Amino acid sequence: MSDALATAQQLPADRGAPASRRQRSPSSERRKVWVRRLPLMPALIYMIVVTQVPFLVTLWYSFRSWNSLVPGSNKFVGFSSFSTVLSDPMFRQAAVVTVEMTASAVILSMLLGTSLAILINRKFRGRGIVRTMLITPFLVIPVATGLLFQTTIYGSYFGILDWIVSWFGIGQVTWASTYALPSVVAVLVWEWTPFMMLIVLAGLQSESLEALEAAGVDGANAFQTFVSISFPHLRRYIELGLLLGSIYIVQTFGEIFILTQGGGGNGNATTNFAYYIYKQVENADNYSLGAAAGVIVVIATEIIAVFALRLLSGLFQVAEGT
Amino acid sequence: MYKMRRSLALSAGPRASRKLGNAPRRRKIGFLAGAIAMVAALGGTYAGFAQANSVKKSGKTVTIKIAIESNSNMLNIENLIGEFYKLYPGIKVDFDTLNENNERALVETDVSTHANEFNAVMISNYETPIWAKNGWLQNLTPALTADTSYDINDLLKPIRDSLSYKGNLYSVPFYGESSMLYYRKSILAAAGETMPLHPTWAQVAAIAAKVNTPSVAGICLRGVNGWGDNLAVMDTIVNTFGGSWFNDKWQPQLTSTPDEQAWNFYVNLIKAAGESGASQDNFPQCETLYGEGKAAMWYDATVAAGLITTTYPTVGADTGYAYAPTGNATTGASGVHSGWLYTWSLSIPKGVGEQADTLKFLEWATSKQYLDYSGTQTKVGGQPFGWADINPGTRYSTYSNPNYQKAAAAFYKITLNSINTATPAHSTDPNVAIPYGGVQFVDEPWFINLGNEVSNNLEAAIAGTETVTQALATSQTEAKAAVTSAGLLK
Repeated sequence: MSDALATAQQLPADRGAPASRRQRSPSSERRKVWVRRLPLMPALIYMIVVTQVPFLVTLWYSFRSWNSLVPGSNKFVGFSSFSTVLSDPMFRQAAVVTVEMTASAVILSMLLGTSLAILINRKFRGRGIVRTMLITPFLVIPVATGLLFQTTIYGSYFGILDWIVSWFGIGQVTWASTYALPSVVAVLVWEWTPFMMLIVLAGLQSESLEALEAAGVDGANAFQTFVSISFPHLRRYIELGLLLGSIYIVQTFGEIFILTQGGGGNGNATTNFAYYIYKQVENADNYSLGAAAGVIVVIATEIIAVFALRLLSGLFQVAEGT
Repeated sequence: MYKMRRSLALSAGPRASRKLGNAPRRRKIGFLAGAIAMVAALGGTYAGFAQANSVKKSGKTVTIKIAIESNSNMLNIENLIGEFYKLYPGIKVDFDTLNENNERALVETDVSTHANEFNAVMISNYETPIWAKNGWLQNLTPALTADTSYDINDLLKPIRDSLSYKGNLYSVPFYGESSMLYYRKSILAAAGETMPLHPTWAQVAAIAAKVNTPSVAGICLRGVNGWGDNLAVMDTIVNTFGGSWFNDKWQPQLTSTPDEQAWNFYVNLIKAAGESGASQDNFPQCETLYGEGKAAMWYDATVAAGLITTTYPTVGADTGYAYAPTGNATTGASGVHSGWLYTWSLSIPKGVGEQADTLKFLEWATSKQYLDYSGTQTKVGGQPFGWADINPGTRYSTYSNPNYQKAAAAFYKITLNSINTATPAHSTDPNVAIPYGGVQFVDEPWFINLGNEVSNNLEAAIAGTETVTQALATSQTEAKAAVTSAGLLK
């Protein structure tokens, strides 16, 4: 502020010498920018300490062969951990599982979320309560959600699903082992539907009423209005939801840990990247394989993220423009 | 918290959602998150100092932290710890109780990386010799021999040997067990069947099929994944079928005929007469099913005998006890004694602090005094308790105690004999050469990972999402990879 005042007072004197003003301006601009950034520094330093330092340590271990159960194994081995991980059929399966799990959970929760958003967008008695109840699953800790599903939904003794299928004469089904991947996906859909609903709801509420009225005047029915006006408008919001949902669901761990421990199907049907790394470190105590798998996943994620972020920034530019 | 804030901002409508792309706001949130984290970190540090100070200043109270597994035997000692405090007012015991797989993983990481967060850890006869060999554990023999009141020679020899490395004890047994068969006398009698004291698996399968009804399963067996879960039971059957994990050249044997016969037998027995939902069941689930009368038989750890007797008195009174079934049910060959040998034990990792005080707790927890004290309790943690429930399988004095003999009359001899006759040095047919020790495990450091992978395949075969042949083929590949990377198989 005082800088700005000083500059203003100097203005008349400087008027005759534009060259000198131009020289001073960049440095004071830079200083101002840094002063503005100063409060950000603690957070930035903190971020570097908690994310980049561990990443460098991970990188270091990925080139070694440290299995803590084998004393003396901590040696430099070059890329051997990487080739072990890449040639591990379980790692390749983990890639497929990660894609299947993420894609099905994101798509299903988006479909459900959009439907609920359309319902919630109407005015009715108790809308606030219904909306709060619909948002709640998103606020529950993943591990708690996993436990809830394990005992009250899938469980053999208190599980509601077994009770429902018993009406149709079907005996006990061990959901978490017979249908391991769908069981985990169902939990994820339950958690992430509210998130999708909120994003789509934001889109619905920003719709231009004039356009909708005009459509009504032109004789369009509700379905036509939705397909031709609402949906194109919502597309950006849906894309945003899909993107953010994918970023989070790709990291799923707690639900798998509680429900299946990575098992099911051929024995690894729910081992995604996150769980694969956990297994390498916790079960095998092979920190180097875990680190190498982590580095590979980070590289793959970075490549996808570059495209995804480009799409995301594109979305915002369009959103700012409207 | 940050995630929530962002989603709520979005829910507020288009204006807020636009702000997400707005740089200053993003910075503000980032700064806020950073500040909160910093404050939290500082708070944590301060709390740490405060705690350290209180211990140092008083100079009397020492807190020892112990990682334990969450079986009922361990929960009992948490409830009875008051007695220890009476003896040693200056020591406070802080239990970190976790379920089996988590406790194992946490402790293994803690000890193998020398993080030494715990003053003592609960491990088993699987870990003890391996870790002792690596030099990670404190040798307890000198201190325990010096303390005559502990009476180290009173510890059951097979259990003591399983916790020793080069003749020294590196872990003290909290309780020890083998495996045995439980059956309901009334149900078998109604079907006109009698269970021999030493049954074969063929007999057990035939009886299970006969007594199996939609409401009462013929037999309850473990199906859920985990090397100490479904695989522990499976391994004892593989052994008595004449199968093994590896031959003497470390070539995996999971696709060998006896292994395949054993796996098929187990999976088919569960399908034909096992409890429904077996692929998610473990010891606690079977205990509940059997105790509530929903299973006619149950093959599991001998430690369950005490639990059934006290927790489910009606079923307990009707329970018959038999040795672990033996024999190859497919070929009819008589197999080796198949009971497993297992003990949950307490160790002190090398380099941790407060070792003298920690040892006091270890001695007390595994002492004759603790067993006698707990035997006199009628209620622990609100649950009925008695002599039959004291930690079994650790001391000769337990088995010569008249109180225990009376309360555990129906089963104590089977437990003791099973422990004494378990063959951890060579678990399968004596004619089959094997390069490893352990009954329901392979005493190698890489086994936990392999065992867990193979147990996943077993669960899949029990759930029916894979055939036994597929499950064994996958297991064979995994076993080969394990011994190859360990440098055992060229």
